[in-house]
Amino acid sequence: MKVTVERAELLKSLSHVHRVVERRNTIPILANVLIKAGKNGLELKATDLDLEVVEIVPAETGQAGATTVPAHVLYDIVRKLPEGAQVQLEAGGERGTLTVKASRARFSLQTLPEADFPDLAAGEFSHTFKVKGADFRRLVDKTQFAISTEETRYYLNGIYLHVTEGAGGKSMLRAVATDGHRLAQAELEAPAGAAGLPGVIVPRKTVAEIQKLLEDKEAEATVSLSTTKIRVQVGSIVLTSKLIDGTFPDYGRVIPQGNDKTLIVDKDEFAAAVDRVSTVSSERGRAVKLSLAEGKMTLSVTNPDSGSATEELEVDYTAEPLDIGFNSRYLLDITSQLEGDTAELKLADPGSPTLVRDSTRTDALYVLMPMRV
Amino acid sequence: MNAPGFCRDCLSDAPKGDRCPACGSPRLVRHGELDTLSVAHVDCDAFFAAVEKRDDPSLVDVPLIIGGGKRGVVSTACYIARIKGVRSAMPMFKALALCPEAVVLKPNMEKYRTAGRQVRAMMQQLTPLVEPLSIDEAFLDLSGTQALHGASPARTLARFAQAVEKEVGITVSVGLAANKFLAKIASDLDKPRGFSVLGQEEAAAFLAPRPVTFIWGVGAAFGGKLAKDGFHTIADLQRAAPADLARRYGAEGLRLSRLAFGLDTRAVEPEREAKSVSAETTFERDMGALRPLEQTLYALSEEVSDRLKHAGIAGRAVTLKLKSADFRLRTRSRTLEAPTCLAARINGAARELLAKEVDGTLFRLIGVGVSDLCPIADADPADLVDTSTERLKAAEGAMDELRARFGRGALTRGILLDATTDRRKKK
Repeated sequence: MKVTVERAELLKSLSHVHRVVERRNTIPILANVLIKAGKNGLELKATDLDLEVVEIVPAETGQAGATTVPAHVLYDIVRKLPEGAQVQLEAGGERGTLTVKASRARFSLQTLPEADFPDLAAGEFSHTFKVKGADFRRLVDKTQFAISTEETRYYLNGIYLHVTEGAGGKSMLRAVATDGHRLAQAELEAPAGAAGLPGVIVPRKTVAEIQKLLEDKEAEATVSLSTTKIRVQVGSIVLTSKLIDGTFPDYGRVIPQGNDKTLIVDKDEFAAAVDRVSTVSSERGRAVKLSLAEGKMTLSVTNPDSGSATEELEVDYTAEPLDIGFNSRYLLDITSQLEGDTAELKLADPGSPTLVRDSTRTDALYVLMPMRV
Repeated sequence: MNAPGFCRDCLSDAPKGDRCPACGSPRLVRHGELDTLSVAHVDCDAFFAAVEKRDDPSLVDVPLIIGGGKRGVVSTACYIARIKGVRSAMPMFKALALCPEAVVLKPNMEKYRTAGRQVRAMMQQLTPLVEPLSIDEAFLDLSGTQALHGASPARTLARFAQAVEKEVGITVSVGLAANKFLAKIASDLDKPRGFSVLGQEEAAAFLAPRPVTFIWGVGAAFGGKLAKDGFHTIADLQRAAPADLARRYGAEGLRLSRLAFGLDTRAVEPEREAKSVSAETTFERDMGALRPLEQTLYALSEEVSDRLKHAGIAGRAVTLKLKSADFRLRTRSRTLEAPTCLAARINGAARELLAKEVDGTLFRLIGVGVSDLCPIADADPADLVDTSTERLKAAEGAMDELRARFGRGALTRGILLDATTDRRKKK
């Protein structure tokens, strides 16, 4: 194998694929990236057995062939090469090494045979749809923070992606995530080809990689799904991932319908006040108490070890007075996802879930479990 | 040379002679530093056995062992049984071989706790600086209490020992020294009903001939390492340069070089907050099958849960402890998503850990503990998706209420009904 590729192109691509490779691996080949030179260019592929990323970069192939080398080492080398350098990769010489040459630097890397590199057999996809990168990214961004890290409830360790009938009777592509403390839901009008989509749970690591792939807002993503795999293609990058094999809970009954106390508050003022009063809260108890009265909200935090804090905000609230506590970090997570200027909270009582959303938009909503205060 | 001294029975001065000039008692204490030392270690003598003998006079003159059945271990042996060689932590069959005429009683922890609390309360009347080490022993720092009690710490302690005998009906041994390390050693020198003083001046010479394992914190493993490096007695440590010990064993080495001369700067820390709540039991016969193990585990989980609920606390880390038939200890821990005080949650986590350990090994002991503690208000928060917590809380609350009203036996989980395991030794 012999191939020449521009450093910038190679670096960009390696930065995509090397992240998939876990830092610690018990199976040596999983630490490697597969590089394959052909007439279409240079193909790079990395996998952790659950997630696979393949990208093709333009290259000048002298001699076709393939091998695998440690991904993080190759990434670090290319990163440190001078800008604008032409990188020459050559394998097939003695002792199974890959030679990396650029200007006057020369590296020799140990390889493992290409034939040993695992393939994430994708199988057939039942549904394929195209969606604007920015739109799909939004679904993921709005819900990603609520994904659970709790291993015992593995079916919450991802975003539940499915098609459902929205409020306006339209078919919507909806993403939902929850960790039991909060729930996030975002949706967009279902793109053509998404009808009848099976409900799937996209794992957290895959979600993070999809976010990275969609950094370019103008890009278009092609999403393919089966009951066991998801594939997202953006330009020359193809990400394929297993899905979480489990049943996402019936989240519909978690979303409060009858909360009758409405609070409207300036989102930025609210977030800043929560952030300020929570300065005195302890590492463990992050509770902030909201005391609601007509036209007024008093935020307070009491930490027996360090002190207390209160702040008053003018709000739009006309229901009967209510004291309710929330985890301040969760409140900030949610307010940072709101897009409009004002937040709307629908409350029932201090022990029941509270609904939070933009007062002007309906395509995303959040549910938050109160804390005892 | 006349050192300050007094009679432990009538507390009058006794600077010389073998008997008290006032009452004729031979129980005199005399020491050059007697009036200046103020750190004490107080240890109840054969505590569990003493409480039982107090409550049943027919036991007073017979050897008494508190512990499990044939298979358990000795938790306390009275001094009569100790003459025959019976020791704490000795397997029961061995103890009974040494002393076949001994009376064996199962521990009645509730009774001991009451007596222990009584003694603790009396200590706290002497000084606020009481650092409990266990149910029946504590460090006391009586510095600056002379004016308050109108007597030196030594006399205050002697009076306290008398008061415990009178009011609680058990005896204690007192070790008085300049620091915790020496006080702990001193209380062991003259047991039972003892009062011994270990001054700073004599400490180095006193320690010199003792083995290194005499030092608190130097166990078999570290002791072996020290012996391999040529340190057999404390004198060997005294001869070594502190810098050399520090180089060999790090911070621990420096500590050793100071302790070897009886120097210890640790303060008596009152109010050691509980760091964990646990319960364990030793089986009558070794067990390897999941079913009996999980039954015992459930009972222990309930016990831990009870104690957490009573103390108004909860914990986030659950630890399973197993000791195999060949005395190998296994501990496995799991951190929960949220702190809990519920028996079902504690048991759930511990049982999961247990299932992985059941591999044909025979176990002699099982225990479960909860640590990473917090107030009960932060425990078992409501969950959006999983509503079982609320249901569990309600169910356990109802069970606890019934048991409070009708006794512990009023309600039993099905899992315990075919339990053949018995629980002897609790901690």
